[in-house]
Amino acid sequence: MKPSCSFPEKPEAVYYFGTCLADLLYADAGMAGIRLLQREGVRVIYPRGQSCCGQPAFNSGFQDEAREVAAQQIVQFPKNLPIVIPSGSCGAMMTRHYEELFQGHPLHEKAQSFSARIFELSEFLVNVLNVKLEDRGDPVKVTWHSSCHAKREYGLGDEAKQLLRQLKNVELVELERENECCGFGGTFSVKFPAISGVMAQDKSADVMQTGADLLLSTDCGCLMNINGALEKQKSQVQSQHFASFIWNRTHVS
Amino acid sequence: MSAKANHSPHRLSEKAFFESSGSALKDPKLRRNFKRAMNGLMEKRRDIFPDASELEETRGRAGGIRRKTLAYFPELLEKLEANCESNGIRVHWAETTEQANQIVLEIARSTNTRLAVKGKSMVSEEMHLNAFLEKHDIEAIESDLGEYIIQVVNELPSHIIMPAIHKNLEEISQLFQEKVDPNRSSESAEEMTATARLILRQKFHDADMGISGVNFAVAETGTLCLVENEGNGRFSTTLPKVHVAVMGIEKVVESLQDLPPLLKMLTRSATGQPITTYFNMISGPRREGELDGPEEVHLVLLDHGRSKIYEDELLRETLLCIRCGACMNHCPVYTRIGGHAYNAVYPGPIGKILTPQIEGIESVGYLANASSLCGACVEVCPVKIPITDILLRLRRNRVRKKNARHWTDLNGGKSLMELMTWKGWKQVLSQPSLYRTQASLLSRIGNLLPAQIPVLRQWARSRSLPRFSKKPLHRLVEEAGIDHE
Repeated sequence: MKPSCSFPEKPEAVYYFGTCLADLLYADAGMAGIRLLQREGVRVIYPRGQSCCGQPAFNSGFQDEAREVAAQQIVQFPKNLPIVIPSGSCGAMMTRHYEELFQGHPLHEKAQSFSARIFELSEFLVNVLNVKLEDRGDPVKVTWHSSCHAKREYGLGDEAKQLLRQLKNVELVELERENECCGFGGTFSVKFPAISGVMAQDKSADVMQTGADLLLSTDCGCLMNINGALEKQKSQVQSQHFASFIWNRTHVS
Repeated sequence: MSAKANHSPHRLSEKAFFESSGSALKDPKLRRNFKRAMNGLMEKRRDIFPDASELEETRGRAGGIRRKTLAYFPELLEKLEANCESNGIRVHWAETTEQANQIVLEIARSTNTRLAVKGKSMVSEEMHLNAFLEKHDIEAIESDLGEYIIQVVNELPSHIIMPAIHKNLEEISQLFQEKVDPNRSSESAEEMTATARLILRQKFHDADMGISGVNFAVAETGTLCLVENEGNGRFSTTLPKVHVAVMGIEKVVESLQDLPPLLKMLTRSATGQPITTYFNMISGPRREGELDGPEEVHLVLLDHGRSKIYEDELLRETLLCIRCGACMNHCPVYTRIGGHAYNAVYPGPIGKILTPQIEGIESVGYLANASSLCGACVEVCPVKIPITDILLRLRRNRVRKKNARHWTDLNGGKSLMELMTWKGWKQVLSQPSLYRTQASLLSRIGNLLPAQIPVLRQWARSRSLPRFSKKPLHRLVEEAGIDHE
């Protein structure tokens, strides 16, 4: 978990980096994140030219291709404002790997400023905006999968769980092996589908074991993977990005 | 028993990895054995490190000692050689495993060795020493119980600390009855251990040579340290008249003071033990007036690609490894496919970074891809090796190597396909308007894509296909009138 000094005062405005997975597959989660920020009185700016942090190519060893795509992101976020992301994995890519990726590149300094302004959504809601939630939803039992990149690479703490614990009708049950990888791993799931598939099945079995109605997480990659395995096994357990879940239960329609 | 050496060919190829991991995934017994064993080991490690901040501090200290060692690597090796020699330990340098084998063979010939007993040593596995000695009519008997078990059935270790961990008690009991002691059906671990002990006692007595590995070699004092639980290491290094220790050059440490933190981290990370039953510090052959100990002690220092690894500042961190095996115990991939699936001497995360560097990135680089980059290994590594960063670097080096050659030469058309995919990906994702058009298209037709497309088909075997949002986020954002600057 980051030390509290690494968080800024509440800003007037923030940038929002939606991530490619949220853009294509979890648009509601992306939107929910924006709404949660706006509700706290923060102006949200969504630069239209954004696409992807570059992680898929970077993790596959295609550094030049990753750099070109990453460069395109950096120039979209020029003002000195926090950049909030509904993903710890993309956050890890942008905070941990841009420094090396842009070593000796004309954008190096801008990349450094960009990386320093990155915040994962849940940590921003808790540590910067000090969000207080009022639950308007029905009683529900949920469980939590911890994204490996969010926890181990980005260094995300348990802020999302802190938010869930504010919701009085939500029972959070612990998932056995919560911190074990779900098997997604980006291109790993494509290159080694059999190994990845077994990991996803094991994870979904653990999820079903909890008796929860819903699985939540910070990262769309994990959710897509685990949800796929749950559906394949015809499980009743649904899955959702934590931002969608929180927004849906707390906003006044 | 028949002491056949391991003949299993090392099929280090991507195709072989797919086959072996595929069949491991379909073997429920194997998966149960690994899951149970790894769960147990993880629990033991967790229990012995109750204080997270203390653990962090000790990992930092142990890692610091190993990093300091590498900072003075060449000097320390020279110091180790000089101090071993002055202790009467004869030091041999081997650049390749062939040279190392040849050195052991020459020592065996000069001492008329017919039978050698071996303590557990991963470097000797790297050398395929048993098979080599057998070819030259020298019998090498593994005396570590786990190694003994797999030698009996002519298998390779599936774990660097617990070589027979892929087998459960029932399987071991069966093979004991079939191959070791047909007259007795031993069902308890104690009985089987007693049987093996009886056989091995005689071998220790008869052996002309003892072969061991080295966990740490102290440069300042010329001391070889051996960590073990069964006493077989002590027997192997004291009873036969010749002791040959084989060691990877990275196992050197500077001083005796460096040992306690490293030893603490090694045993705790490996098996959750505060200390092993035996810790041997070998400082030379039997001296005048001493009652036991070998007449000759030899140390074979093996390079086998290590000095090449040392050249790069990041990759050199691979050499920090103290071979505790915690990375494999905690690896979700290793736990599911087991050690044999890697077809390599070193399985699991450490194997994924070490094997491609030793055997060549072009031929074995696929191992670096066989990771979800979850970082569980990095979290538990007692010396903080940045395994995922090294994996990423190796992936990049592999791509560069391929770029330098013709893509079509390698791996059939698969590599070319991968290159084209990323080129195309870059084209789309680095041009906002093109990306938005494609994203909108996907949101309209993405869910209609047939699951028969090769990439999707593989995914769809164990998962339903991802569903595209009706409208991409950037469209929702526009409709909601969210600011764009």
